Amino acid sequence: MMDPTSWMTIYPEIVLLVMACVIALVDLTVKSPRRTATYVLSLLTLAGVAWLNASYASADQTLYGWGRLVVSDPLGHWLKCFAALAVLVTLVYARPYAADRDMLRGGELFSLSLFALLGMDFMISGQNFLVIYLGLELLTLSSYALVALRRDHTPATEAAMKYFVLGAMASGFLLYGMSMLYGATGSLQLDEVLQAIASGQIKHQVLVFGLVFIVAGLAFKIGAVPFHMWIPDVYQGAPTAATLLIGGAPKLAAFAIIVRLLVEGLMPLAIDWQQMLSLLAIASLLIGNLAAIAQTNLKRMLAFSTIAQMGFVLLGFVAGVVNGQTTLAANAYSSAMFYVVGYVLTTLASFGIIMLLARQGFESEEISDLAGLNQRSPLYAGVMAICLFSLAGIPPMVGFYAKLAVLQSLVASGQGFYIGLAIFAVLMSLIGAFYYLRVVKVMYFDEPVTATTVSAPLDVRAVLSVNGLLVLVLGIVPGALMALCAQAVKSMLAL
Amino acid sequence: MGLLSLAIWTPIAFGVILLALGRDEQARAVRWLALIGALVSFLVTLPLLQGFDNSTAAMQFVEKSSWIERFNVNYHLGVDGISFWFVLLTAFINVIVVIAGWEVIERKVNQYMAAFLILSGLMIGVFCALDGILFYVFFEATLIPIYLIIGIWGGPNKIYAAFKFFLYTLMGSLLTLIALVYLYTASNGSFDILSWHKLPLAGNVQTLLFFAFFAAFAVKVPMWPVHTWLPDVHVEAPTGGSAVLAAIMLKLGAYGFLRFSMPIAPDAAREWGTLMIVLSLVAVVYVGLVAMVQQDMKKLVAYSSVAHMGFVTLGFFIFNPLGVSGGLVQMIAHGFVSGAMFLSIGVLYDRVHSREIASYGGVVNTMPKFAAFALLFAMANCGLPGTAGFVGEWMVILGAVQHNFWIGALAATALIFGAAYTLWMFKRVYLGPVTNNDVRELTDINGREFLMLALLAIAVLYMGLFPKPFTDVMDVSVAELLKHVALSKLPQ
Repeated sequence: MMDPTSWMTIYPEIVLLVMACVIALVDLTVKSPRRTATYVLSLLTLAGVAWLNASYASADQTLYGWGRLVVSDPLGHWLKCFAALAVLVTLVYARPYAADRDMLRGGELFSLSLFALLGMDFMISGQNFLVIYLGLELLTLSSYALVALRRDHTPATEAAMKYFVLGAMASGFLLYGMSMLYGATGSLQLDEVLQAIASGQIKHQVLVFGLVFIVAGLAFKIGAVPFHMWIPDVYQGAPTAATLLIGGAPKLAAFAIIVRLLVEGLMPLAIDWQQMLSLLAIASLLIGNLAAIAQTNLKRMLAFSTIAQMGFVLLGFVAGVVNGQTTLAANAYSSAMFYVVGYVLTTLASFGIIMLLARQGFESEEISDLAGLNQRSPLYAGVMAICLFSLAGIPPMVGFYAKLAVLQSLVASGQGFYIGLAIFAVLMSLIGAFYYLRVVKVMYFDEPVTATTVSAPLDVRAVLSVNGLLVLVLGIVPGALMALCAQAVKSMLAL
Repeated sequence: MGLLSLAIWTPIAFGVILLALGRDEQARAVRWLALIGALVSFLVTLPLLQGFDNSTAAMQFVEKSSWIERFNVNYHLGVDGISFWFVLLTAFINVIVVIAGWEVIERKVNQYMAAFLILSGLMIGVFCALDGILFYVFFEATLIPIYLIIGIWGGPNKIYAAFKFFLYTLMGSLLTLIALVYLYTASNGSFDILSWHKLPLAGNVQTLLFFAFFAAFAVKVPMWPVHTWLPDVHVEAPTGGSAVLAAIMLKLGAYGFLRFSMPIAPDAAREWGTLMIVLSLVAVVYVGLVAMVQQDMKKLVAYSSVAHMGFVTLGFFIFNPLGVSGGLVQMIAHGFVSGAMFLSIGVLYDRVHSREIASYGGVVNTMPKFAAFALLFAMANCGLPGTAGFVGEWMVILGAVQHNFWIGALAATALIFGAAYTLWMFKRVYLGPVTNNDVRELTDINGREFLMLALLAIAVLYMGLFPKPFTDVMDVSVAELLKHVALSKLPQ
């Protein structure tokens, strides 16, 4: 058990855990109101973890550790690398915002974020129901606390309560599904579950019964309709910094557990879960896009847009297995991965702008608060516009290629139903274009209500510019990231 | 870097520089930089004129390198006789609109100029792209600058117009995207447009593809009955925006028919050709009549654009060389003429701030030089021999008569309607005694406006008197296209 390989597989997580504890301790001695030392240490840790994961991923080998409890494969390491970077970027945007809102009295923002990332990392690399579940709980418990970090703010407290109650229920679903499958197959190990199901000796009804609960739990976590109710309330109520911590990096982890549980563990049931995911995707695209039109609160609108975007991600999972053939699987799942990565990148920048525009005692979260932003600051208006066009799927932003890849995976199946789904999806993104454009309209065509100039610390300005530019640049040269996703998924499926 | 890449990326690079450095405090410098950018962008397209070989239908100035390996998408550029002139036309019109916006635009000058420069680069990209995804990226990306142009610098109802334009065209092109992805799958993983031309496809598939392409291109042209966005958008757009829309953007749709619909789904194109002819004739006749009753000059010219573009699609779908070349010539001519018409209206609008025909009368008395230009463009718009407007319409009518006498006869009535609404407008705005104080206080065009109108006037006359260089370039490519369309692609 204690062989060096096992240690190697979780080396980045060990570093992260140690540093998270160190940072929590160091923070006790920090006197500065902006927590500069804690902040810098956290960023260094995250950058280091991202770098570690990237170098592991480039090694392109798959190792199992701790008796196959965890895996170290390119897919996992790339996702962990992106998640670390996403948390890093989130913290850069969050610090001035949090400092203005009395959320930096202690360093919890930083240490909780690091623990949340640790949770994500175990979700991403878990190969065992319990490891995945524990990772998920570590992530969500940290998130509950992060949402509630602004204690004296009623909406935030309310959001935290809602999030906690519904989140706990979702975890319950997931755990119940896992226990059903454990009962049926006699194992918590994904590979053993897979073999047991593939042997064909287990009653199909029992498996599908467990599967339904697992899918429902997953749908809760990514916020697919009809399990989406918490998303708008939590996105809107939580302090924007916490919203971004929930809505950014964890989407990568959510993608990963869908891959681990459904693809690596339950591939023989693909016909069943593809149907379920198709329905979830259709409902999410429909409800998410339609409800977003009616919103006047920007955070709430982006919450509904997230629901719709997650519908698109799910579409990437529905056409992997066609007529019992898995030849299209790598293509389909890598399109979903590319979609998630592009989505997270875009979300970071758009919420970054919302935090940047918020000032002491003023939340800039109504759509009308963005009025005339182009006249106040062409740069930030430009970044936001790039993000919105990307979410709408207009080329040459990264969001277009994400949609293209998913649509291609549907059409490639050659089945009428999937082609119909693709047409449905593009029509829904036409509706999506409307409400994204409306925000662009407010920024560019309306007159500003306040003349205050937008100012931001140098670190925020630099990171935000790079972030926005990346959304555009990855759209002009998307090849490398696409190849990376394809390679990572292929090596995962090869086993 | 190849010539076509230069033509595409030079204006975009200048646009980005303007966005990054421009400030309203240095509006003068911004304008000059924009003009230099537009001129350089036009100059880099001139070597194409020398290097183009009229005797082959093959793609020329081809550039090809891998872009997105995973989907086998290539950065693949090239022009043939069909697309060649549009590269130059786009770059030329770009210079004109930069001059047209010179002192008229005072707010966010750098963004205005940058939007037009970037737009022109993207549109050249559409005409040069030989890869489905590359084409689609350029085609869709044009929506962003034009949306901002209409929305920021447009008229009172600009927001409605901007949304209508964006969503209308997006709806069409999203279906095309599905068609592109389908073709990718059907061709075993290729987005190469030229290889799609050779791909055998079953009849019902061709029909579906044809209508998926139709959704995008018909909206863009715009064909009747999906033309309703055009008058709204033209009325609200700033002068430069209207000029670019009419001169170039509508051509993206017509070009799409020649590059996608007809060669990729030839059997469907022939089968549904009659429908296309009918829609085109409705545009020519009915929309021509609609134009006649307009009170707003910009609306009138917008409807006349729909009617003229009806000629273009009519020419394409009668499937003979005269028709298709005529349609192409009409596209180029309409680029000059409609651009000029909108700019002339802009000249008046800048002074009086009204587009109503009724606000004017007797302009010739106070602006004689301007009225002379306006008369020339009006004549070109109704297709007077010797102007650019004549050549294309005459070729299409001739082609239509060869195809079916009655179609030709119906199309020819458009010449009458065209003359009626254009000349009637000219009479009401320019001729007669001075009707009100606004007109009395008008000052004639200044050097900048003279330059811009004179450049267009030269183009209109040159093309009217010497159409041969234009048709020579397209002949071989058009013949090749028609030969290809005549062959069935149904699997044996």
